[in-house]
Amino acid sequence: MSEAMRELGAYLELKQPNAVIATDVAFGELTVTVQPKLIETMVEFLRDDAACRFTSLVDITAIDHPERVARFDVVYHFLSMYQNHRIRVKLAVRESDMVASIHAIHPSANWFEREVFDMFGILFSGHPDLRRILTDYGFRGHPLRKDFPTTGYTEVRYDEAQKRVVYEPVSLVQEYRQFDFLSPWESAKYVLPGDDKAADQKAGAK
Amino acid sequence: MDGDIRTNKYDDGSTDFETGEQKIRNFNINFGPQHPAAHGVLRLVLELDGEIVERCDPHIGLLHRGTEKLMESRTYLQNLPYFDRLDYVAPMNQEHAWCLAIERLTGTVVPRRASIIRVLFCEIGRILSHLLNVTTQAMDVGALTPPLWGFEEREKLMVFYERASGARLHAAYFRPGGVHQDLTPQLIEDIDIWAEAFPRLLDDIDGLLTENRIFKQRNADIGVVSEKDIQDWGFSGVMVRGSGLAWDLRRSQPYECYDEFEFQIPVGKNGDCYDRYLCRMAEMRESTSIIRQCITKLRVEKGDILARGKITPPNRGEMKTSMEALIHHFKLYTEGFHVPAGEVYAAVEAPKGEFGVYLVADGTNKPYRAKIRAPGFLHLQAMDYICKGHQLADVSAIIGTMDVVFGEIDR
Repeated sequence: MSEAMRELGAYLELKQPNAVIATDVAFGELTVTVQPKLIETMVEFLRDDAACRFTSLVDITAIDHPERVARFDVVYHFLSMYQNHRIRVKLAVRESDMVASIHAIHPSANWFEREVFDMFGILFSGHPDLRRILTDYGFRGHPLRKDFPTTGYTEVRYDEAQKRVVYEPVSLVQEYRQFDFLSPWESAKYVLPGDDKAADQKAGAK
Repeated sequence: MDGDIRTNKYDDGSTDFETGEQKIRNFNINFGPQHPAAHGVLRLVLELDGEIVERCDPHIGLLHRGTEKLMESRTYLQNLPYFDRLDYVAPMNQEHAWCLAIERLTGTVVPRRASIIRVLFCEIGRILSHLLNVTTQAMDVGALTPPLWGFEEREKLMVFYERASGARLHAAYFRPGGVHQDLTPQLIEDIDIWAEAFPRLLDDIDGLLTENRIFKQRNADIGVVSEKDIQDWGFSGVMVRGSGLAWDLRRSQPYECYDEFEFQIPVGKNGDCYDRYLCRMAEMRESTSIIRQCITKLRVEKGDILARGKITPPNRGEMKTSMEALIHHFKLYTEGFHVPAGEVYAAVEAPKGEFGVYLVADGTNKPYRAKIRAPGFLHLQAMDYICKGHQLADVSAIIGTMDVVFGEIDR
């Protein structure tokens, strides 16, 4: 399986040298990193080439890496029912960048791109109807960004006096509890709450 | 029909004089969010020309709970129960995808008995889902008896869920590395007795619906899906098989131990609602046969049901006697286990189609990002395309056979 994937990766590098930046096979899955500008040509090639025939779009999503300059990874998954193989196409974009919509090549990209826009705020150029999809009408912010708090910013309740649902800033009776059980000896790279000595040690080191 | 039937055209090209009141425009209606045929909280904005649907705009997200966001701040094991709440009609099939993703990243091999138990409960889940879908779809087109009969059987199956996991719906039974508890011999026998009797109920439902004139008129030639539509709109599951493509992940990309089971993949011919109904009925029969094969294997195959190691708890007896096991148990349920960095997409053939999990791990005890790929999301997306030109009454028949559940679409 991995051998066939590796061959397919080499084939793509050969056929689309401008678009493909890197190919990688891990856990029996082929990941192709492409130039963001050339995503449309790449997807069209993947769909129409006889050796690929990735005719079904399985998924479009994104990953947020706030520490990187090109903050988001947009990830496409394709499936070929005819050749019985899968591929993952990745591209990295900055927050201000636009990604070309592949709606014209795969109509099913429509809602996926709306969802990525809704959740991450990545804009897709050429999309026919880039509305929010999963969040509330008039929602603000992009929930799956790492800097968006899990509690959100607003909460709703039915107001008996006004006879309608009102939006208010989130007020928590108890602070939102975020348990972090990472072992301080192994992976945690921060000062534990209440660890007075850690500050002293840092000062001592200077 | 040529031209608009509402205007009379005469030989000299003139038409009837119309007053302002006679000039009509298309009518917009809201279908749902509270509509019995909307199968949950679907809001469809329909633009109607008379009784013909011109445009159909589904508004989803009314059941959005932010599962993917919540998952990023919980450990891998704490995330498992969220999967029951996606497609709540067949909970264990979803858990399966999550477990497979973790197992592939950690390289865990599931013990054979656990693998067979998983197949057994996945097939029970498939029957649970198809029973609900077939019978409620029949209700949407006017039949009342099938849901009553179907739900009785579902109740029995959920008792099996309860006897295995302790919960009727939100089971949290599949765990990374196996399943939570072993099945008792009595339960295995009871499932066998049920599986022997179940085809007779299918015959009964068959007798009610398959040759029923009203049911056929409401479903045949409605919502026809072609091979090109399948590719364009990313369909999976019965939406594919109803149109004649024998595509089933259990067969084409086998996971767990599906490759050792004998089963047929039923396919339709016309790709309409009626063929999808027939496919689901035939699949239930196949699932019953897989269940019986599982039981034959389970009677022989004894052994552990969890791959004992870093990602699974020690067994109870060991925990009570060994200090190391106790520490491991404590650490597992507080810190959780660490999954090596990497990304993986694991898909299963859920009753509704391809259910996938795209998991990005960063080496800690929590997923960095988990994307849930629900089949219903894509099926519902094509609603506008499929409904165009159909009558208003067909909309509910089409939603019915698309098999949408909002737990998984809205996530």
